Amino acid sequence: MGSVTATVGPPTDAHVTPWFRTFGAIVAAGFRRHATYRQAAVAGVVTNTVFGFLRCYIFLAATGAAGTVAGYDRAQLGTFVWAGQGLLAVIAIWGWTDLADRIRTGEVAADLLRPVHPVTSYLAVDLGRAGFAALARLVPPLVVGPLFFAVYLPRHWATVPLFLVSVLLAVVVCFGCRYLVNATAYWLQDVRGPMILWTLGSGVLAGLYFPLGFLPGWLEATLRYATPFPGILQIPLDVLVERESMPTNLGLVGLQVVWAVLLLALCRLVQRRAERRLVVQGG
Amino acid sequence: MEVRGALRAYRSLLGAQARSQAAYRTSFVVDLVGNLGATVFDVVTVLVIFGVTRELGGFTLRETLVVVGLSSCAFAAADLLVGNIERLPRYVRTGLFDAVLVRPLAALPQLLLMDLPLRKVSRAVFGLAVLLYALASAGIDWTPGRVALAVVAPPAGVVFFASVFVTTATVSFYWVDSGEMANSVTYGGRDFTSYPITVYGGWFRALFAYGMGFAFVSYHPALALLGRADPLGLPSWVGWASPGVAFVAATVAALAWRVGIRHYRSTGS
Repeated sequence: MGSVTATVGPPTDAHVTPWFRTFGAIVAAGFRRHATYRQAAVAGVVTNTVFGFLRCYIFLAATGAAGTVAGYDRAQLGTFVWAGQGLLAVIAIWGWTDLADRIRTGEVAADLLRPVHPVTSYLAVDLGRAGFAALARLVPPLVVGPLFFAVYLPRHWATVPLFLVSVLLAVVVCFGCRYLVNATAYWLQDVRGPMILWTLGSGVLAGLYFPLGFLPGWLEATLRYATPFPGILQIPLDVLVERESMPTNLGLVGLQVVWAVLLLALCRLVQRRAERRLVVQGG
Repeated sequence: MEVRGALRAYRSLLGAQARSQAAYRTSFVVDLVGNLGATVFDVVTVLVIFGVTRELGGFTLRETLVVVGLSSCAFAAADLLVGNIERLPRYVRTGLFDAVLVRPLAALPQLLLMDLPLRKVSRAVFGLAVLLYALASAGIDWTPGRVALAVVAPPAGVVFFASVFVTTATVSFYWVDSGEMANSVTYGGRDFTSYPITVYGGWFRALFAYGMGFAFVSYHPALALLGRADPLGLPSWVGWASPGVAFVAATVAALAWRVGIRHYRSTGS
């Protein structure tokens, strides 16, 4: 066993096809694993629905007599809220501590011995999870919302495909953020602190508590261009309700691509630094 | 002797909790700040929404802040005292609840003390500060009656939210995988009580406001304090009903807990 250490890089495979096959297998495994928690999915849908009602009523009250607020009309707000409630579970914005738990218990050692880079394998599992959530958690609010509120249906043919791409990117961006938050466990052991900062920051800065358009223009622009947060919720939703023109929407999705690449690179960097100092305690 | 022994056991449970939480000092400080942030952001959300509108459901910012203050003060204190009961589903699922039941102490106080979240103290203090600021700045015409209401309504809200936490947690005795569903009533109730109920509509408002009683936590007491007539038509004495409603809620919670714990069957894990 002497030659296997955390600092020796896993073997790199020059063949692309087997790599994709492995990645696909892990994605499928992630989907199946999360598809077993069906009762939890039902409970989650109920919660999302209640918050959908609350947020929808509150934002609609802000529209006043004019019927619009911050560039959204009442129907657009309806779509924004209900699609947002569905997306919460797809991007899994809260509650993911798998990596941090494994670091604390030392089980992460098993991940490091595998021939797939940890960032890659965790991303694959997360994409599988997101796939199941898209069916079980995104669809119900999209069905329930229109029963009780006016909603906006996209007019441009390209909006729905672009929305789906944007959601996929949102999952990757959100995964990158969560991986980094979890990876602080390599240094801190107990990640409750960073986790609560993430929970708070992400909810406000991603556009969940209120659409970022409610903020002053300069602040919204700063958040949009200088932080990844709008890319995990606000951008896909703005794309869906066509708040901006199609070229601007394409630009926003491009911004998500940039953040996705940057964050995954940062995850790999942090992972490498962490592996140099990781001491797995106990036998 | 019996009581003193139990008290000593509870005190050592609490002491062990305090020591273990303070062991990771950096995390504890970040926790304190983070928990403060949770309540701060609730208030910020209200301020941001008033940044794009002059009034919400017929209420101005100063009036709404009284509602927010009553709500966040009551919720934060209840969350500090009994909020950890929301871990019950996990205790049931992992079988830890069996260990709690075989000890010679009452189950509910044990559960609460097993993980009393000292970090949430910051939140409760901030909630109280918001309430005091709102009461001072809303231009309330203080009468002895209103002073008494301002003193009685927050504790009544605490009892009400505490009852909601316990009642919703008992769902996990019947449905082990209920997961986050309790949140829809606990945190949902917090959000609901943060705004004048005129904002909501239809059966949804009727269900939360009067079906579950959330209107008596902040909306009706705030109306009575501000001396405003209810736009929805209820008489002004309703603002004084909050202690009574809290008492009813506590009774329901106690019943639900007793029935639930009898119904409990170990998952065997």
